[in-house]
Amino acid sequence: MALPAEERQRLQDIACELRLTMVDVMAWSGGAHIGGSLSIVEVLSILYFKYLNIDPKRPDWEDRDRFILSKGHAAAGYIPVLAKRGYFLEETLKTFNHFGSPFAMHPDCNKVVGCDASAGSLGHGLSMAVGLGLGARKLKKAYKTICLMGDGECCEGSVWEAAMSASHFKLGNVIGIVDRNRLMIDGMTEDVMALEPFADKWRAFGWEVIEVNGHEFDELDAALEKAWAATDVPVLILAHTVKGKGVDFMENNVLYHYASGDSALCDRAKASILSREEG
Amino acid sequence: MSVVTGTNWNAYDASTMTAREIYGRTLAALAEQDDRIVGITADLEKTTAIKYFADMFPDRFYNVGIAEQNMFGIAAGLAKAGLIPFASTMAVFASLRAAEQVRTDIAYQNLPVKIIATHAGISFGHAGTTHHCTEDFAVMRAIPNMTVICPADGIETSKAVQACVNTPDPVYIRIGRGFEPPCYESDDYEYEIGRAITMREGTDLTIICCGIAVLQAINAAKTLEESDGLSVGVVNMHTIKPIDREAVLRAVNDTRRILTIEEHNVLGGLGDAVASVIAESGKGCMFKKHGLEDIFVTIGYAEDLYAHYQLDANGIVDKVREMMGMEYEEDENWDDD
Repeated sequence: MALPAEERQRLQDIACELRLTMVDVMAWSGGAHIGGSLSIVEVLSILYFKYLNIDPKRPDWEDRDRFILSKGHAAAGYIPVLAKRGYFLEETLKTFNHFGSPFAMHPDCNKVVGCDASAGSLGHGLSMAVGLGLGARKLKKAYKTICLMGDGECCEGSVWEAAMSASHFKLGNVIGIVDRNRLMIDGMTEDVMALEPFADKWRAFGWEVIEVNGHEFDELDAALEKAWAATDVPVLILAHTVKGKGVDFMENNVLYHYASGDSALCDRAKASILSREEG
Repeated sequence: MSVVTGTNWNAYDASTMTAREIYGRTLAALAEQDDRIVGITADLEKTTAIKYFADMFPDRFYNVGIAEQNMFGIAAGLAKAGLIPFASTMAVFASLRAAEQVRTDIAYQNLPVKIIATHAGISFGHAGTTHHCTEDFAVMRAIPNMTVICPADGIETSKAVQACVNTPDPVYIRIGRGFEPPCYESDDYEYEIGRAITMREGTDLTIICCGIAVLQAINAAKTLEESDGLSVGVVNMHTIKPIDREAVLRAVNDTRRILTIEEHNVLGGLGDAVASVIAESGKGCMFKKHGLEDIFVTIGYAEDLYAHYQLDANGIVDKVREMMGMEYEEDENWDDD
């Protein structure tokens, strides 16, 4: 079922604002993993502004849903979402990467309010999600743990150790999302280290796989609704995305895996984002 | 830091069990009192003896298969959920295979995961170097937030396991394969993480040691007293980090000769930790590190290896005699005017 038009528009507006902030963060921080941040905007928007049962006033609330950004290098995409959701003032994003700032290229959960796990070394998040899933079951808590991974990250063997264990332990309370933008630092995933048949690999590891266009809120909504209802089989949402999404000259461009931006570049990027929005 | 005086149950006879068995039983007993305790292993349920806990609390125990990296990541997640996970595997896998998960998922996030690393040092000698672990002190010492413990025997393992339950930080407890003879005759002594235990007073030389070396050092000290008339003190430095600085400085003051002994590479372990305290104190002291001299050891059963590498009482006697034969030399180039 499609989202009501008003709800879809609300989420699209949030996504647009987040993209603009991410471009600012790229400038303020002196450089950011902008491509892989722009590709997860819709995923983060629908999670933080529709699905996650969280309360910014109680960041340590023990019944909250947990979110782990396993592709921690996308902190420039993730931390603005926490700010927008009300965990801290957006103004503080100007300190990104600067001396003493809570915000760095990779998120630190002991410094960033609302952040559930420190991550950045790839292939670690899903194991922690499995631990949280087992812990929730043990403590009879109803919360979900969502782990967002990069596709290139899935070259790490530890991802598959964790994948195997999530299905073995029948963790319907763990939801995996892979940002399938098909690019990694050195090029196309299929050229550097082929992942395909990617969905089949997850299925073979015991996961139910739902493939979606990761920029379409209706599809994400349907997938998340199904994932939220899972009981004893973990669900993997394979979100097909475009790296650099929303900024025409960054889209599918490996040069913008990590980039810094002067004011002219940022202006161009924002103009592109806004023109898409209007178009 | 809580002081553990005696074990408060008597379900076992420590003298007939390996340190691993005592660990497993201690954990099971603790878990009866504390619902937050959970256990996790990577296909070493029997080998690490966490089975005693697993059998009693099957719904609080997780075996992840042969996947140590996943095990420590899951342990971090369990700790995030509010539980106290005890993770058991062999020392070589805990400190090297999964070192990054230990460092980044557990120590960096400062989660109360308790790592019980078995088969440490060269205790599994005949398994070959793949299963030895003579690097773990160095690795674990260098990780912020991590406490590093090496108990002298099974009784002390039980004490260390009890003492670490309520610390808010990660703890690494390193034990051997478990066939080492017991060092303590009774559990009637006070144990505190970070506070060394004087096993024997001495005035000529102090041996600062840990793990299996403690009993051997005590036996060596007895021999040296009887045959050489030497007064050799023995300090059980069961906590490698944080090191008990006061105990080291007391030994410097009392004997001015210190010999460290460890079942570990002499680089980065107990000896280096003690050396740092002495060097930074500015006090003069004759000092020698004894352990494994930056080598992968030969193949053999543990007791043969301990004898070969002079980690047994005879070897320690020789090392002490060497040190006692050395002279403090005046340095002709030294000018302190």
